[in-house]
Amino acid sequence: MFFKKRMTAVLLASTIGAAGFLAGCGSDSAGGGESGDTVKIGANLELSGAVASYGEGIAEGIELAVDEINKDGGIDGKEIEIVKVDNKSDAAEATNAAIKLTENDDVVAIIGSATSGNTVAQAQVANNSETVLLSPSGTSPNVTVNDDGSLNDFVFRTSFIDPFQGTVAANFAANELGVKNVAIYADNASDYAKGLAASFKETFEAAGGKIVAEESYVAKDTDFRSTLTRIKSANPEFIFIPGYYEEVGLIVKQGREMGIDVPLMGADGWDSPKLVELAGGDSLNNTFITNHYSSGDPDETIQSFVTKFGEKYNGSSPDAFNALGYDSVYMLKDAMERAESTSDAKKIKDALAETKDLTLVTGIISVDEDHNPIKSATVLEYKDGEQVFKTKVNP
Amino acid sequence: MKLACQLLPYEEIFSIAFSLAVTLYLKLFGLFEEEWGFMDWIQQLVNGISLGSIYALIALGYTMVYGIIKLINFAHGEVFMIGAFVGFYAIAGWGLGFFPALIIAMAVCAGMGMLIERVAYRRLRGSTRIAALITAIGISLFIQYLFIYFRGAQPEAYPEVISNQTYNILGAQISSQSLMILGTSIVLMIVLQFIVHKTKIGKAMRAVSHDMDAARLMGINVNTTISATFAIGSSLAGAAGVFFGVYYTKIEPLMGVIPGLKAFVAAVLGGIGIIPGAMVGGLVLGVVETVVSGLGYSLWRDAAAFVILILILLFKPSGIFGKNAREKV
Repeated sequence: MFFKKRMTAVLLASTIGAAGFLAGCGSDSAGGGESGDTVKIGANLELSGAVASYGEGIAEGIELAVDEINKDGGIDGKEIEIVKVDNKSDAAEATNAAIKLTENDDVVAIIGSATSGNTVAQAQVANNSETVLLSPSGTSPNVTVNDDGSLNDFVFRTSFIDPFQGTVAANFAANELGVKNVAIYADNASDYAKGLAASFKETFEAAGGKIVAEESYVAKDTDFRSTLTRIKSANPEFIFIPGYYEEVGLIVKQGREMGIDVPLMGADGWDSPKLVELAGGDSLNNTFITNHYSSGDPDETIQSFVTKFGEKYNGSSPDAFNALGYDSVYMLKDAMERAESTSDAKKIKDALAETKDLTLVTGIISVDEDHNPIKSATVLEYKDGEQVFKTKVNP
Repeated sequence: MKLACQLLPYEEIFSIAFSLAVTLYLKLFGLFEEEWGFMDWIQQLVNGISLGSIYALIALGYTMVYGIIKLINFAHGEVFMIGAFVGFYAIAGWGLGFFPALIIAMAVCAGMGMLIERVAYRRLRGSTRIAALITAIGISLFIQYLFIYFRGAQPEAYPEVISNQTYNILGAQISSQSLMILGTSIVLMIVLQFIVHKTKIGKAMRAVSHDMDAARLMGINVNTTISATFAIGSSLAGAAGVFFGVYYTKIEPLMGVIPGLKAFVAAVLGGIGIIPGAMVGGLVLGVVETVVSGLGYSLWRDAAAFVILILILLFKPSGIFGKNAREKV
């Protein structure tokens, strides 16, 4: 409820601001994004609904970055103005919100959405209206590249893509843990998990490792003991379990009960407090996940971000969504500065595509030809139910 | 069922099923030879029996209700879910131990079962069976979504109430939880047999199941007897819910759907309306599912359960324990 009120207030404030400007200037701001002395950026986020916590996290990150940039004189002397819209965690609403942002608010770029599905739902609108769309955390490959292999010209992302986490996990297992025989236990009902499993397998086998067992489960299963018994009899030294926390929690718990004590590893789908509740802190020892970022990373950029975030939000520690939202704004700022334009979306998207070695909180970013950032991933280890920074793996 | 059997080309189905069975057997046999040691067999059997005893407890409620009023109570899976949540709140909220929580869950579910019967089924006792069946599905959905409306759909993690030690028996890892669950289910089943065969209410249940009108003429209060059947069946489902929570940790408002259907398959497999049939059916189904996923066909596990249902309905609709003249409850 509180949040809704705040949302309304923000929307109201931005509307009044825009109206005031129009009245004062008496001119239409058509022509994309530039309204005299502000840079209008839309934020199409999941502020309510199933994944509201993702969208809210991103919004907090965005606000922090915008505050900082505006305090330092904005981009090219112009202040950033964020127009936030709630897409209610729904793909159809995300499309509507994108239409509203591009047609009514004339934004030059949209940041959003948190999930791949909601971002894909806006891709067409962004391409047609020639508005830059930057997804902070849409990790599915088909956000920037369509199924037929064509590129979404105006769509970019701040996060790495799903299969990359599989590559990172494989490198970590082969190099850091030094294991040779591993098993994969993947969620067969999710493209996310299948993509991770495939890239893990490819990288791990290329590194000379052997996959001794490959099993699947289906989301909503609760009994994994029989398949785990089967995996155990193959004697793997390491098990890769891409999937979401609801099932992974049970898999970890049941596996440990059956005496599987080898290292287990997953990806950002594990990242939820529920995982610790389901599996128990003890069972989670000796498990690892890949993630976008860790607030425990000693890196200077990260620590200064953590401090600034804590100052603005009552000492709370920023999570990956906060960091990605924050980085998205800086990625746009960097592109606008290099494009020497805050209003020409075409120039900005060309500059975004050429982003190189940009130091952000979630890593040093270079954008590849598929509009995917090449950046490092962080490996975290669970110790008694707490995520502890383990290492950073470069691509 | 009779109608379906007459319409289907029996011989053709039989030959297809036979060849399927032969291939499957050869395939499984080959796999056992190369992959499974004795130890794995024991382990999988333990896994299967633990799962099966939960199915069996739920199946008992299905079979008792069917035996007495010929109704497949599809809301039974939701009673199971409510049992799991009552147990959860008793343990996590009030800090009770396993057995007090179990008893509270069973009591609440018994009341719930009687309430469902009183509100939804009693009025329909004279109407067609399909009307009661559709009502049962309606009640099932009603409870699920009422629950989601009031507490949301997010899952809960069951607290660890039984200290979880693992024993190594013949190379198989057996947890104290599964031993406890197995032991308690067996006790509950023995108590049930005692109630049905040695008490007055059990005698009344058997009489009503045999011939409701005759029982009424003999002075048996049919309504009370049916209520008691619902209460006993539902309390077993409640116990199964608590076991499920302890053993599998995760509970959520839609958790009753699949175990409910599986238990229904188990009840049909054993012979619906026959109490020992439900126990055996549950255990067999649990072991079959475990073996199927243990052989690497985990994605076929749910399919296996329903293939069993179809085969049983085709070839022996009265179930493993079924006779032509059935003795019910």
